[in-house]
Amino acid sequence: MSAAAPSKSGFFDCRDSFAATIEALAEADPRIVTVVSDSVGSSKLGNFRKKFPDRMVNVGIAEQTLVAVGAGLANGGKVPFVSAASCFITGRALEQVKADIAYSNVNVKLIGQSSGVAYGELGPTHHSIEDLAWLRLFNNMKLIVPADPWQTAEAIKAAAAHDGPVFVRVSRMAVPALERPEGAKFEIGKAETLVEGTDATIIANGTMVHRAVAAAKTLAAEGISARVVNMATVNPLDEAVIASAAETGAIVTVEEHSVRGGLGGAVAEVVATTNPVPMRILGFPGFVPTGSAEWLFDHFGLNEAGIADAVRQTIARKK
Amino acid sequence: MTSTAPDLRNDQVAAIADKALWIRRRSFQMVYEAQQGHPGGDFSATDILATLYFGVLRYDPKKPRDPDRDRFVMSKGHCTGAFYSVLAAAGYFPEADLSTYMEPLSMLNGHPNRNYLPGVETNTGPLGHGLPVATGIAIAGQIDNADFRTFVLTGDGELQEGSNWEAALTCAHRKLENLTLIIDRNRLQQGARTEDTASLDPLDDKWRAFGWHVEMVDGHDHAQLLDVLSASPKGRGKPLCVIANTFKGKGVSYMHDNVAWHHGVPNKEQYEQAMRELV
Ligand SMILES: Cc1ncc(C[n+]2csc(CCOP(=O)(O)OP(=O)(O)O)c2C)c(N)n1
Ligand SMILES: [Mg+2]
Repeated sequence: MSAAAPSKSGFFDCRDSFAATIEALAEADPRIVTVVSDSVGSSKLGNFRKKFPDRMVNVGIAEQTLVAVGAGLANGGKVPFVSAASCFITGRALEQVKADIAYSNVNVKLIGQSSGVAYGELGPTHHSIEDLAWLRLFNNMKLIVPADPWQTAEAIKAAAAHDGPVFVRVSRMAVPALERPEGAKFEIGKAETLVEGTDATIIANGTMVHRAVAAAKTLAAEGISARVVNMATVNPLDEAVIASAAETGAIVTVEEHSVRGGLGGAVAEVVATTNPVPMRILGFPGFVPTGSAEWLFDHFGLNEAGIADAVRQTIARKK
Repeated sequence: MTSTAPDLRNDQVAAIADKALWIRRRSFQMVYEAQQGHPGGDFSATDILATLYFGVLRYDPKKPRDPDRDRFVMSKGHCTGAFYSVLAAAGYFPEADLSTYMEPLSMLNGHPNRNYLPGVETNTGPLGHGLPVATGIAIAGQIDNADFRTFVLTGDGELQEGSNWEAALTCAHRKLENLTLIIDRNRLQQGARTEDTASLDPLDDKWRAFGWHVEMVDGHDHAQLLDVLSASPKGRGKPLCVIANTFKGKGVSYMHDNVAWHHGVPNKEQYEQAMRELV
């Protein structure tokens, strides 16, 4: 199944990829249902509803019930893909996610839509820059943050194939399709190295990956060899890849998330307890001011220049 | 019923109508310029907001944290076009600031932030928070035997959030007559009609069953709103629920009762047509 067409000059909205993939999976597996909370349009599930009107459950604006109904549907033999804005499906329904999905260890897929700061000017209530920190505490829940349309489709397929709780964070921010070697595969828990390098490693995920690749190119022109790792799975982490990143002697993490408790925190836990090296965690400091998502990225240095700067500074801290 | 003399009251209703027209025009200009917002719900709530701020609420915009002020909680926090416009009209901040709606570093975020703007009681945006917070405010007033009233405006789709019904139990249990809930009953939520999503009818019976006093009004009729909202709550012994029957997009023909305008934004032609209609 192919991802949907790019919108503007080679950039994609990964929700299209989610929607196309879930429709194809549902054709093949009658157990698959979608569960929404007045979030059909924002999940791009209008077409799914047309094709499978009896296999979409809309509970209304009621996210706690949304997640709990997902748990019940799994009990009844369905494979529910529960989809709503990432801020609400996690924050609003956190105890349902904990008790009904994770602790009960049921086969529910949570799709956190328009994650990070994609809602821009709508502000911190609608941003989801805490979701990974919250969900990372549920050790049995797989957490996937795809970086582009291909990886989004692969993550949705992997979630369907896995028997157990999975959270997939789907962005609406325009991202390019990443260049990958022929025959690249996606596996939950396996990171991919997109750029080889020896002086430092940039570990990124989601919307930050293509920015990290651009930063590595800038640095290469200065003679700095920066490796770029796409750590799409935040739980479980690919610890082997982190161990080899530490061998480059400097690590910079980049994520569309708070600097507390997300990808950077997860990587730091491994690095600090195995092979401590200078590290820098890039992300948002906390609640952000008014601004579009792109403006916020630039304001907080989550762009090519900001990442390159962080790499230079972190290399300078090497002993 | 108010005790105001008939012609004074007519003047007041006419003044509210003027404010409502101004709010509709100004908020739509904000949405047009920002190319973002929730104009459909701005327009269904406009007459309610104008009546509250220019006929009901007791406040001094120069003393926004005055302990004696009446409290208003904008639970349907996505409708900042109308909310910010009415706050500016009420004197909480200069009208010129409305032009910064959603701009980088603006105080006028897409959802209201009490730390940026005077007149905002609590940060809303996630639905189903306003009534529980208002319940706490009203309980504080009850404990202190204070004179202020607490009003909260929710959407109707918003009532699908269970938190509202948890608070409803507490309000009735504590006989919070100092609290008034106004429901903007425009019968549309984000993607569809409420009755095609998770139906609410019979909504009045639900609130009565929860122990509330219920009033139904035309939510675009300033005189009806004024009567119901300004009547003294003393001795009622119950919280008041006002179901205001409204239309999403009220005031502009192509937006009227049209779900596409939940968060639709106008192009130039649409904006100009709206400005011709809003007179
Ligand atoms: C907890 C939560 N879930 C979802 C949303 C997204 N959302 C914003 S407005 C809206 C529809 C609200 O409908 P209603 O309460 O009827 O408001 P109105 O028609 O007055 O705009 C939704 C689902 C939200 N803001 N908060
Ligand atoms: Mg509504």
